[in-house]
Amino acid sequence: MTTKYTEDHEWIRVEGDTATVGITAHAQDALGDVVFVDLPEVGKTYAQKDVAGVVESVKAAADVYMPVSGEITEVNEALRDDPSLANSDPLGAGWFFKVKLSEPAQLDALLDASAYDDFAKNA
Amino acid sequence: MADLNELLQTPLHALHLELGARMVPFAGYAMPVQYPAGLMAEHHHTRNAAGLFDVSHMGQLRLSGPEAATAFESLMPVDVIGLGLNRQRYGLLLNEEGGIIDDLMFVNRGSDLFVIVNGACKHGDLTHIQARIGGRCTVTPQFDRGLLALQGPQAVRALQRLLPGAESLVFMTGRAFEWEGAGLYVTRSGYTGEDGFEISLPAASTEAFARALLAQPEVKPVGLGARNSLRLEAGLCLYGNDIDTSTTPVEASLGWAIQKVRRTGGERAGGFPGAARVLAQLDGSEPVTRKRVGLVALERVPVREHTELRSTDGQSIGEVTSGLLGPTAGKPVALAYVTPAHATVGTRVNAIVRGKAVPMEVSATPFVPNRYVRG
Repeated sequence: MTTKYTEDHEWIRVEGDTATVGITAHAQDALGDVVFVDLPEVGKTYAQKDVAGVVESVKAAADVYMPVSGEITEVNEALRDDPSLANSDPLGAGWFFKVKLSEPAQLDALLDASAYDDFAKNA
Repeated sequence: MADLNELLQTPLHALHLELGARMVPFAGYAMPVQYPAGLMAEHHHTRNAAGLFDVSHMGQLRLSGPEAATAFESLMPVDVIGLGLNRQRYGLLLNEEGGIIDDLMFVNRGSDLFVIVNGACKHGDLTHIQARIGGRCTVTPQFDRGLLALQGPQAVRALQRLLPGAESLVFMTGRAFEWEGAGLYVTRSGYTGEDGFEISLPAASTEAFARALLAQPEVKPVGLGARNSLRLEAGLCLYGNDIDTSTTPVEASLGWAIQKVRRTGGERAGGFPGAARVLAQLDGSEPVTRKRVGLVALERVPVREHTELRSTDGQSIGEVTSGLLGPTAGKPVALAYVTPAHATVGTRVNAIVRGKAVPMEVSATPFVPNRYVRG
């Protein structure tokens, strides 16, 4: 199990040929209190960098991008009902969706934890 | 984004940093958008207790001289001459087409008119006022003074400890106070829909007075983020979003701000920029093509500014100018311009959010009841 990060401030945790995606602690802090999420449709296929969802605080809205290409296998219904999970537990209960990887090699170009920390510090 | 270091700073800049505020550029100033408590907590604290806002970026100016009221009245469709001593009123500077140059608050202090305008408009307003009436009265900008707002149901309790007598003011009145040798001018008014006060004071005393307020158990600092959600729930316009030089007072549903004495048939009817158009819109002889309304979403999807609105049969009928999920309202609320045929309370419309129709209903404003103390 490995976790990678994107410059869009998302994390992707890979287990076999599927991965779980969410927003980072830095992202939720920058957004503030999350009040709404729009999640992708289960079964739909997206290319890397496609907009797959939206996360909104009172103040701002941000797109959620696909960190890799693949098919959505599950979305976090608990997050839809309680968007504040993205603030209180961004790396755990506040996950957004699961994706079946169609091009696992894309993972290689994503950031590891320390590279992301450096990136976020300078963002 | 502008470099924060190149921005102007209010007298509370060091205090904002000490309190851990997130600073953003706003109206040429570095301003606190939120403190560590966060927008939501700051919003609720203002509705439940008392929030302290730094609004020193706004423009304060004095108009003085025997002709000040008559002169100022020639720039606005409102009754300036008839405003009683120590009373405050909402005003609108208009251009020749009846478009709104700025909205403002002014008080008749007897010796002068004390005017507060929007921060982003203040230099333009000053130029406009000086060019139009500078020969008839003395226009004195006081852009270096501090301005604080203390808002919420417990604001009066906190303020009266520092300024005994503040409790005797009622909504939209003002009075001078002295605090530790500094001259303060306080009005009972604000931009949140709550009871509260705005306090104008010398820059040198602003931080000390803000610290004294923050030492009161009811008071916490509140940033621009919550200021926006509070004013929107109160149904109040934000200049630049909900009103601008392309909107007239009648289109903006601000006809209530035009007193009878300035309307057709009134004793001092007209005589302000854009009067022919505004008065014709007001009496219906020149129908408007759009009207500002409140909207409430029937689904829990925030509907933001610039979102297109369509009728239930798919015609484009307007656009949202401000919108967010109201923390106290508990649902998405918005201000928007729609065609007059869709401006009646209860009318169903659709907001097009990311290609999907979100049903909304035209609603009366405020979205959260006002709690002004009218005495």
